[in-house]
Amino acid sequence: MIPHFSFLGCSGKSTVKHWICLLITAAILTSAASARDARTVMAELMQAERAEQAGLIEELSTYGDTIIADIYEAWRTGGIYLLEQDGGSQLLQFTDAQEWALVHNGAVISLSEAEAAAAKKQRPARALRKQMKRIIDTLGLKADNTALRIDSAIKLGRSQKAEFIPALEARLKVETDKQVRSALQEALAISWLANGEDAQVVEAVQTLKALNSVAARAFLEELMQAEGDNERVDSSLSDACAEALISIERHMKQQEFFGSFFRGFSTGSVLLIVSFGLAITFGLMGVINMAHGEFVAIGGYVTFLVQNFFIQTWGLSSSAFGWYFIVALPVSFIVAAVIGLIMEVSIIRFLYRRPLESLLCTWGISMVMQQGFRLIFGAANVQVNNPTWLMGNLSFAGFQMSYTRLLIILIALVVVALTWLLLRQTNLGLHIRAVMQNRHMASSLGVPVARVNRMTFALGCGLAALGGAVLSQIGNVGPSMGQAYIVDSFMVVVTGSVGNLLGAGLSAMGIGMVDQLLQPSLGPVMGKITVFVVIILFLQWRPGGLFPTLSRSLDD
Amino acid sequence: MAPGWAVPDALPQSRRLIAQAYVMKFSTEMKKEMGILCLVTGLLMLIPLFNAVGPESGPLSVSAFQVSLWGKYLTYAVLAMSLNLLWGYTGLLCLCQSLFFALGGYAMGMYLMLMIGERGAYKSVLPDFMVFLGYQKLPLHWEPFYNFAFTVGAVLWVPGLLAFVFGFLAFRSRIKGVYFSILTQALTYAACLMFFRNDFTFGGNNGFTDFKDILGCNINSDATIRGLFIATTALMVCTYLITSGLLASKLGKVQQAIRDSENRVLFSGYSTTSFKLMIFVLSAMIAGAAGALYVPQVGGINPSAMEAAKSLEVVVWVAVGGRGTKWGPVIGAILVNFIKSYTTHAFPDYWLIIMGGMFVCVVLFMPDGIVGVYKQAKSYFARQRSLETTAA
Repeated sequence: MIPHFSFLGCSGKSTVKHWICLLITAAILTSAASARDARTVMAELMQAERAEQAGLIEELSTYGDTIIADIYEAWRTGGIYLLEQDGGSQLLQFTDAQEWALVHNGAVISLSEAEAAAAKKQRPARALRKQMKRIIDTLGLKADNTALRIDSAIKLGRSQKAEFIPALEARLKVETDKQVRSALQEALAISWLANGEDAQVVEAVQTLKALNSVAARAFLEELMQAEGDNERVDSSLSDACAEALISIERHMKQQEFFGSFFRGFSTGSVLLIVSFGLAITFGLMGVINMAHGEFVAIGGYVTFLVQNFFIQTWGLSSSAFGWYFIVALPVSFIVAAVIGLIMEVSIIRFLYRRPLESLLCTWGISMVMQQGFRLIFGAANVQVNNPTWLMGNLSFAGFQMSYTRLLIILIALVVVALTWLLLRQTNLGLHIRAVMQNRHMASSLGVPVARVNRMTFALGCGLAALGGAVLSQIGNVGPSMGQAYIVDSFMVVVTGSVGNLLGAGLSAMGIGMVDQLLQPSLGPVMGKITVFVVIILFLQWRPGGLFPTLSRSLDD
Repeated sequence: MAPGWAVPDALPQSRRLIAQAYVMKFSTEMKKEMGILCLVTGLLMLIPLFNAVGPESGPLSVSAFQVSLWGKYLTYAVLAMSLNLLWGYTGLLCLCQSLFFALGGYAMGMYLMLMIGERGAYKSVLPDFMVFLGYQKLPLHWEPFYNFAFTVGAVLWVPGLLAFVFGFLAFRSRIKGVYFSILTQALTYAACLMFFRNDFTFGGNNGFTDFKDILGCNINSDATIRGLFIATTALMVCTYLITSGLLASKLGKVQQAIRDSENRVLFSGYSTTSFKLMIFVLSAMIAGAAGALYVPQVGGINPSAMEAAKSLEVVVWVAVGGRGTKWGPVIGAILVNFIKSYTTHAFPDYWLIIMGGMFVCVVLFMPDGIVGVYKQAKSYFARQRSLETTAA
């Protein structure tokens, strides 16, 4: 479960897990935030006299700790109790987990029944509520995590309430992070649109234009509408709005194009890893592995299992958990390679002379495997979480690139490099190429053909699983996850000339790219169909694919 | 039926004798074949007969449900025969046979949808799903399907045209073997995606259902069900006759030669492209006709009928029964579907595993399918015996 933060009033019914997560995050945050704990201040506030409250609230407003929101919520809804005993009084919180916790440090204690009965419910005074609400609303602006600060700024800006402007301005003065600064500026400008004088509004519009604020579009349109309704058609404001809108629109188009370009690149990368495996088994060995998609699924499921192992051993929020994906990559490769090896030894090796039959047989295996996944893991998709270090985006010149997709591209590059090294620089690679060129001649020259076949098949299956492991980070892991990729991968192999890894790489990138670039305008289905038609027509022009193997022999 | 039955007089005596011997052998085989065909047809006719005049209960009673179930099996058998024509006799493993089947089914389904008239849930002339999706009037390409004759034509030419265009492009660029299989699979995949869309005017993922009439007869009455069964049997007999006629002809010889060695045929001066194209179109039409009879008997069609996996199932039927044999596909289709009906009922979770396992076993151990088991066993025992004799 990913820790989930809510700022503007924590939901009253949070789950136990949620609560635990919050506690843990809070503990981390507070240890870094200040010497005086936010909990202590809250506890003091609850018992303070009216005169002292103002000072404490002032102090509280410097904290960015979400625990304030949680405790306040409990206070407001009657979850805070005061227990007066001989040794002094204790403030207690009755948590959602049905436990008593000390407000000032969060420690869970147990109370006897008599004590529990003696505890008195506490409620904040009416005057305090208003002030607390402002603090809690702007709490996110002071959070330690930049992404949370950005979220909070955008949320406050969208509300367009004048009361938040001072808080936003105050934060802007001390904020050092560039992204957060621009979010704050955006939020302020959007707020000014509704609350400022004419000159201020025009200035805000210009700021938004300079920031290329997508979020501001609706507000700007509204503003223009209002100007039109007031019959101030040629006012400088509506001109400025129109200009800003055009500029933002252009920026969005650019971003969309770059976005689909980037997505295409990463989709192509997944396709490349998957179809490299296929190109090896299909092109180099002449075996059609229809169960290739199921090896992709094996990769996904192994990642899932490794993740569960990490959660069980070290826990979801431990720093070790972040490493599970790195561990899952080689593990899934090895597991799938072993299964592939078994399959080759028991079934595939009888079918080298009968390619069509190998297609049918492996399809039968794929049916069995798919149903096997369903029986073991259930028909529904299983949940694979992104490690925290993969969450978030790299922003480059205003474009957002998610770390996951960047990592996928990186892995694809590594896979390409390793496969190239394997095929060109090792003995096995030499044997593989020899068998591929002429099976009988290679055998006569002493190449252990059977062993080479086994290793090649295992390698192909391992690459498929690697693709599956990568896919688990951007897509669903389910029994039929491979099916969606198998047709595309076959297309890649056919287009890029069978057995040619350079061709497979280029056509994977090409197909992934064209697919993603067509999708926004044509929709996913028509995009796929268009790609298919283009491939058929391409094969009319180059029947052998991109880089056909030149040969004088006839294949009959 | 087969050209060259009569021996031309112009041949010299010696050759005449040889040719006559061939014709004799040929016609006795032909007679035997026709006998089996008549027997099978006769047995199949018993099903509607018992339904019409048989007892109400007891082992000899046949319910309307069973008639339509067997009718469904027979349409599958025809579908398998159409694939056998391609895979068994021409060596083209086509993975879009279910697409042709579904196209024929959709054409018939359009007619049946229009015949519902204003009896649908929305009481509109338009089919229900169109009212639901907010169509004001019938799309233009639906209009002609009010006419039954046009529908029958469309059942044949729509799959035929698709096969022609795709086959022309594929065969022209010498796509063969596994590449052909992969491309046909992709074609099925693309078409399936298209038919799943609501705005494709074919009912989206719900497809067509709730039919009422066919040619003015109530589609659920026993008599109609019997009629459809008889029509399906007739289609099967026709397909059988076409197949065996084709095999006996010169064209059939070229066809089988292409399967065995395409390059030799090519070098002998035959345009293999046009031969393959012709067989491909013919097989697509047969599959379309089978689909058209499938839809009224099953009572609906939706895009899942053309999923790529369905095409591979057809391949399983042919492989199990025995590819390249005349009765193999029929036996395979009926047997596998019989097992499927039973297992999906008895062990729903394991059906796919059973089918996959069956398939692996058939490919590994019974390359000629059930029909070939006898021959396989015979050659196995012959080998054993010869081994024993050499050992002794």
